[in-house]
Amino acid sequence: MSNMQRHTGKKKWLGMAALLCSVFVIVGAAREQPPAPPDGFVPADSLPTQEQLPAAPLLIGAYAVAWVAVFGYMWSIWQRIGRVEQDLAEVSRRVAAGGPR
Amino acid sequence: MKKLFTPLLVIVAAMFAYAPLAIHRAPYESTMGLVQKIFYFHVPSWIVMFGAACICGVASAIFIFARRKSADRVAVAAAELTVLFGLIGLITGPLWGRKAWGVWWQWDARLTSALVMWLIFVAYLLLRKYGGAGSEKLSAVLALFGMANVPFVYWSVNVWRTVHPKTTVVMSLQPAMGRPFLLCSLAFVGLFALMLAARIQLEHRRAELDDLYLSVED
Repeated sequence: MSNMQRHTGKKKWLGMAALLCSVFVIVGAAREQPPAPPDGFVPADSLPTQEQLPAAPLLIGAYAVAWVAVFGYMWSIWQRIGRVEQDLAEVSRRVAAGGPR
Repeated sequence: MKKLFTPLLVIVAAMFAYAPLAIHRAPYESTMGLVQKIFYFHVPSWIVMFGAACICGVASAIFIFARRKSADRVAVAAAELTVLFGLIGLITGPLWGRKAWGVWWQWDARLTSALVMWLIFVAYLLLRKYGGAGSEKLSAVLALFGMANVPFVYWSVNVWRTVHPKTTVVMSLQPAMGRPFLLCSLAFVGLFALMLAARIQLEHRRAELDDLYLSVED
């Protein structure tokens, strides 16, 4: 085997080793990287559990708000009618007594 | 209305008592699950709000053109209920949206136009309260603009691109969801009728009180 041939064989082995090394580095790097984010929206049911919002508090909150608003308003009408009736009775009494005092 | 008030109150109370059971029995929507059940109060509150806004607008028009004070009393009562039911819709909507869309609010055509419409009626009430003499006519004109907004808000989901579902969703409900929705809608309409009657009665009594004050001063 000539010197020339020996030199070419050594180069081949070095080239193959470099190729293998680079393949290992690329595979390793690909394993370490997080998965690429998907395009568009992620369906809510595909999210990790810790990122999912519980629906029950939102549902209960919505119904509670509706009832508080309705009952609050009914109470306010009740109060206002009561005040007006009171004033009406007072003024009627004044009129019956013969004018303003 | 006085004769109808008590029977209607009993019927509406019975409907609202049965509503939680009907909503519980309704099937889950496939993509949103449990949170979609906000729909059964959210949509009826908007239906009633639209109705209240239209009543307020028509009554205001009668007040402006026919100068009937009784129409103005109806308009004030309806405006207050527009704000009340709009508030329910504006709070329940974001609670639903947070889970379904991942955001509390989106400045899209439907949500923004609904908010603007609600603000017009808030402005109506503020004008009535702090506007002083002559504010009745100004606020009546404002109510006309508020009523004119109703079709824009309703059709906005069909015309513009928005995250909000289209109006066709309600018509395409399967019967198991449609029945509780109808029950809740009728209950809300009944509740609205009762509240409107009570609120108009309050305005009538206030008018009587004003007349009485004037007679005492004379």
